Amino acid sequence: MFGSLTRIIGPDMLAYILRRLIAAIPVLIGLSIIVFLIMALIPGDPATAILGAFATPENVARINQQLGLDKPLWDQYFIWVTNMLQGDFGRSYILNRPVLDEILERFSATLILAGTSLVVCSILGLLAGIVSAVRQFTWVDRVVTFFVLIGISMPSFFLGLLMIIVFAVQWRLLPPSGMFAVYGGGDLPDLIRHLILPAATLSVVATGVIARLTRAAMLEVLRQDYVRTARAKGLDERTVIYKHAFKAALVSVVPVIGIQAGFVLGGAVYIETVFQWPGIGAMLVKAISTRDILLVQGGVLVVAAAYVFFNLIADVAQALLDPRLKT
Amino acid sequence: MSGAAAVKHVEVIEEKSRPTAWQLLMNNTLAAIGFYVICAVVVIAVIAPLLPIPNPDATSLAERFLPFGSEGHLLGTDHLGRDVLARLIWGTQISLLVGVSASIIAAFFGSAIGLVSGYAGGRTDNLMMRGIDMLMAFPYILLALAIVAVLGPGLMNALYAISVVNIPFFARNIRGITIGLAHREFVDAARLSGKSHLSIILTEILPNVMPVIVITMSTTVGWMILETAGLSFLGLGAQPPQADLGSMLGEARTQMFTHPFVAVAPGLMVFIIVMSINLLGDGVRDALDPRLRAGALSRPRAVTRIERRNTPTSQPAGEAALSVVELETSFEGTKGPEPAVKGVSFSLNKGECLGLIGESGSGKSVTALSLLGLVASPPGIVTGGRVDIDGDDILSMPETQITSYRGGKVAYVFQDPLTTLHPLFSIGDQVAEAIRVHQPVSQKEARAKAVELFKAVRLPDPEERASAFPHELSGGQRQRVGIAMALANDPEIIIADEPTTALDVTVQAEILRLLQVLREERGLALLFITHDFGVVAQICDKVAVMRYGEIVEAGATEEVLRNPQHDYTKRLIACVPKPGQGRAFLEGVRALLDREARGGA
Repeated sequence: MFGSLTRIIGPDMLAYILRRLIAAIPVLIGLSIIVFLIMALIPGDPATAILGAFATPENVARINQQLGLDKPLWDQYFIWVTNMLQGDFGRSYILNRPVLDEILERFSATLILAGTSLVVCSILGLLAGIVSAVRQFTWVDRVVTFFVLIGISMPSFFLGLLMIIVFAVQWRLLPPSGMFAVYGGGDLPDLIRHLILPAATLSVVATGVIARLTRAAMLEVLRQDYVRTARAKGLDERTVIYKHAFKAALVSVVPVIGIQAGFVLGGAVYIETVFQWPGIGAMLVKAISTRDILLVQGGVLVVAAAYVFFNLIADVAQALLDPRLKT
Repeated sequence: MSGAAAVKHVEVIEEKSRPTAWQLLMNNTLAAIGFYVICAVVVIAVIAPLLPIPNPDATSLAERFLPFGSEGHLLGTDHLGRDVLARLIWGTQISLLVGVSASIIAAFFGSAIGLVSGYAGGRTDNLMMRGIDMLMAFPYILLALAIVAVLGPGLMNALYAISVVNIPFFARNIRGITIGLAHREFVDAARLSGKSHLSIILTEILPNVMPVIVITMSTTVGWMILETAGLSFLGLGAQPPQADLGSMLGEARTQMFTHPFVAVAPGLMVFIIVMSINLLGDGVRDALDPRLRAGALSRPRAVTRIERRNTPTSQPAGEAALSVVELETSFEGTKGPEPAVKGVSFSLNKGECLGLIGESGSGKSVTALSLLGLVASPPGIVTGGRVDIDGDDILSMPETQITSYRGGKVAYVFQDPLTTLHPLFSIGDQVAEAIRVHQPVSQKEARAKAVELFKAVRLPDPEERASAFPHELSGGQRQRVGIAMALANDPEIIIADEPTTALDVTVQAEILRLLQVLREERGLALLFITHDFGVVAQICDKVAVMRYGEIVEAGATEEVLRNPQHDYTKRLIACVPKPGQGRAFLEGVRALLDREARGGA
């Protein structure tokens, strides 16, 4: 095990990470083109769409000039990207502040929520999957399968409401909404108290998906010849399952955890609305209602980029586990 | 392995009346429940106009928040005095309609993209799939939000958004199948007969991908209903007075603290719909494509199930290192256990080499694996017989004790070292692990011993190679690692299960020579399983010929080679070509096969 430590930071791994980073660039460019095109499809005059119906002619002229809206589409895209790379995501005329400031503030709240959920669902999902594979066809397996089924069929926005009704209203155990208490809050325990319900709700679906997949992967791996070899060596069943089988199963589960990052980031839209968590999801819903186009554009792009990044981490983690993937 | 294949073969022949997909679906209790529930929901939603329920939009401020079970309002009323039951039924209708429409739109466009992309291949395929990948690079809901942001809130726009977001799933699945079909003979034939591309796609390929389209639809429609409800919940879908389940839930949210039931009813309904569709969808997938069935495999136990009906007490005295008496191993089939090894007896003395020879399916590998309970179980069961190692009855020992023999006194070498070595651990670690199971040494010492073993099996650059992974070695090198692992704890007996079959001829010869040298150096008893009489002649003192799970002939190798008694043995011997024999070899084999065919008929 320690022998492989030197390989982790070895030059081939660094080269692999570099290759993945380079491969992410066209994806990011593609994302930006799609986001740009979607927004360019907005019917009517874009300047009016950005500024609202009561825009002054001077402001319309300024926006047209700033975003190059009088120029061809390709130039507009180029101007937009150049501005963004310089940290200028435009200005939200409804919030009256730079889009980037708003996004960064909101995004940190989303990362806390989504990150916590991702950690929770990975741990719980893997544990539940292993236990139900190892104790296949026992009551433990049935209970896990039952909860997985409920978890992936339950609308998260409904589950969130139930959580609030039960834990916040009936039992008064935890606060129903927000990120910090209005009076006297602001410290870490306060944040954690506010985080429990939304993070638990957000991780339910992903936990179910990961548990289901882990169970299937474990059962598949336990049939492999190399597991028979491990048994033929005289290893005890625990080592066979938790070292040999689990490591191999993890290779196929890790990319799915990366995909779950997308579902958690997307699902945050509902959860942040239900629990009034001041994240980027709730911001997007509000921005769509108020037709704050630049805010939607920036928000979608930042979250999508974060998802690309999460997947990149999953790829690297997978390559760390499986030396065959490095080359 | 080979035994399991034989059993499967038998099953295929016996199960002539295979159940239809529909029977399979209904045999699956959960899927059947899902089917009936979703049918009931759909029927109620369809006949909503005929039901004796109040107008769902009729407000009555005097009747606000009537409780559950009120006169004329079975489920009570909401904040505007509207009947919750009526709204629930009408809302269900809208949600189902929107979800199913979204699913059909996504299936149509997704399948079209998948079919064209998979059929055209080349640059078209590449371009289309890059586009699909881009769509998939977005977190699912986010793309739907962006589309709604452009089109503006509204139920139809939410429907479009959810459809677009689901197109990639269909496109990818359908493309995968289409690529496999696009170059099959029947498609080539259609092309040669002058059919246009469009008509080939529609008449030749589409019918074959239909099951995949149905599976993808059945597994995504629940999701689509859920997500459109979600957009409505956020206020981006159905706009008042129109109401689907999502917007009902969204509206009721404001009164959640005082009147939770108004919110619970539509939420529960979405849950019931999605859950029953998911149950049904899983059932459809399992029925149409059993290979996709998740977790259908059962977990093999640490030691093969041992349920002996007969336990021979007599056992040959003497210094047999390994003695097997009347060993019987079966596989659970649909009609009770099917025997794969039927009462096999043999013994192996210290320092001796016994060849167990037979064609695939003869039960020789199952015999070898049964000795220490390594047959995958389920479906394997040891149903009878006795295995003695140094005079101790193995099959009556507790599992932990059987395990302690593995890799200690008795070690295995398996057939294909690419699949039998763990792909994620370095070979040095794997051998060191085998050492540490049986010997109280540190990791460092074990690692040093592993390198020693690699030297003993003549692996080139042993120090450096120790940190290599199996995929970085050649086939012959991997088998050397397999042998090193078997030697790790100075075993008395090595059971080699076709150790050279996966290797090419020159490497095979080297490995055989290595085994021979090691055997002489270390006084090992070797049980050598093979289908090749040439190999037996080269290294085995004794040979036992297996067929259909029984030993048909046994004796000293030279004796059997010189004067084979059984027809089957003669055939196996005839399969080994001799230098200078030329075409006569084939003639000889053909004559034997002909005789076999006549005898069998």
